[in-house]
Amino acid sequence: MIEIGNISKVFGDRKILSEVSMYLETGKVNMIIGQSGAGKSVFLKCLVGLVETDAGEIWYDGRNFTDMDYEKKKELRREIGMLFQGGALFDSLTVEENVAFPLEMFTKMTKAEREERANFCLKRVNLTNSNKLFPDEISGGMKKRVAIARAIAMNPKYLFCDEPNSGLDPQTSIVIDNLIREITLEYNMTTVVISHDMNSVMEISDNIFFIFSGQKWWEGTRADLLKSENKELCDFVYPSSFMKEYKKRQH
Amino acid sequence: MINILTHLGAYFLMLRKAFTKPEKMKIFFKRLSVEIELIGVDSLALVSILSLFMGAVILIQSAYNFENPLIPSYAEGVATRDSMLLEFSPTIISLILVGKVGSSIASELGTMRVTEQVDALQIMGVNPVNHLVLPKIVAGVLIIPFLILMSMFLGIVGGFLATLITESVSTTKYIYGIRYGFEPYYVVYALTKASVFAFILTSVSSYHGYNAKGGALEVGRSSTKAVVYSTIVIILFNLILTKLLLN
Ligand SMILES: Nc1ncnc2c1ncn2[C@@H]1O[C@H](COP(=O)(O)OP(=O)(O)OP(=O)(O)O)[C@@H](O)[C@H]1O
Ligand SMILES: [Mg+2]
Repeated sequence: MIEIGNISKVFGDRKILSEVSMYLETGKVNMIIGQSGAGKSVFLKCLVGLVETDAGEIWYDGRNFTDMDYEKKKELRREIGMLFQGGALFDSLTVEENVAFPLEMFTKMTKAEREERANFCLKRVNLTNSNKLFPDEISGGMKKRVAIARAIAMNPKYLFCDEPNSGLDPQTSIVIDNLIREITLEYNMTTVVISHDMNSVMEISDNIFFIFSGQKWWEGTRADLLKSENKELCDFVYPSSFMKEYKKRQH
Repeated sequence: MINILTHLGAYFLMLRKAFTKPEKMKIFFKRLSVEIELIGVDSLALVSILSLFMGAVILIQSAYNFENPLIPSYAEGVATRDSMLLEFSPTIISLILVGKVGSSIASELGTMRVTEQVDALQIMGVNPVNHLVLPKIVAGVLIIPFLILMSMFLGIVGGFLATLITESVSTTKYIYGIRYGFEPYYVVYALTKASVFAFILTSVSSYHGYNAKGGALEVGRSSTKAVVYSTIVIILFNLILTKLLLN
């Protein structure tokens, strides 16, 4: 479980996040939604320390991340798996080597054991027969899947995904979404997913956090979301006049 | 001015992060051997050709200039040897390697930065500077002096080959010349310079690549900056080292 207490972030004179607090549960898919430019990626980067927060605290299962020095942060990060918006695969390594990289770095596994684990993770994301290909030889959806395989290779306790299905076709999106949900339940991870795709929100989210103008504007479950009358949230969820009409009819 | 100081500070902070104990020595040596190949082995052909031709040109030019009967007939050999040892091999070859190696270091690191591969390393709990930059610096400092040594030798060979097509310089006089009054200290001097230049080249280029921001355009810019600043710093240190070592 991750507790976030009043974190704020300013870039120059632009306030990106102001006093955001959240409680992200273990074994659940915590979904963060909001408009483009709302500060979702910055928020996630603050969580893992890629961006320094200006104020506030972040606790990972009772451990204060904000107070840690570089070495301690490094230790804790080994429990984190992260899926970047663009995949961020190492392009000098093959698919299999990418997945095995953290294992080689941090475990005493033999080469055979690493290969076995890498293959297991790749199978888990339904990716076989591509082990020896390089990242620039596979498609966008495959890259996302390799990135997920790499993120789960070390059995992380925390999984962060920044727009796991942006740029994918609806079918592949659903496959990836379900995969994230399954592994979250299977390994009891604390999963945080950023998305602005309402399909995936409705498919896999347990808790939903809506970020608007740098604040946590709204939070709740899927059922709450359907009932909510919050204006900004409704504008985000039902962007077109067609959808607004649809919502009116439902009531 | 403040800008220069900030960069200098950030550069030294990066070096401090680079010079820490690698997570796993085995991975470090694997990365090191890759870098030795990229920096050293891949530059062999370029350095060889340049040195052979430069040696030949220096010989032909000095033969042209030394037609005065007062100048001893082995002077061309001495001139070729000393020009190669003192200036051409350590400095000019280093500057040429800036263009070849420095720009490729900067664009490799810059691409990794803007495609979030550096962030991915950070999140895994790897020290990215140590993992990426240290092997480049160590490989450069290890292998570039060898390239320079080879360049000196091939330059002198180039001069030798040129005597075969130049009537005014006899091959035996040339061989006498290259052995005449040979100062072994010149080799030490050249290799000291080469190591310092190798360190500057790899670290300054890494600094610019590692700190690239934005997109592909910025990667190109960082690679240009890497070449420009490495060149300037090397030229500056060339003056300082020459003053220090030849006094
Ligand atoms: N390093 C930075 N320096 C300055 N401003 C930044 C930086 N990173 C992000 N921003 C600004 O912060 C704001 C939020 O960016 P962020 O990437 O978090 O948006 P987002 O919610 O993830 O959007 P999207 O859905 O399009 O990915 C943007 O206005 C952006 O310009
Ligand atoms: Mg984003």
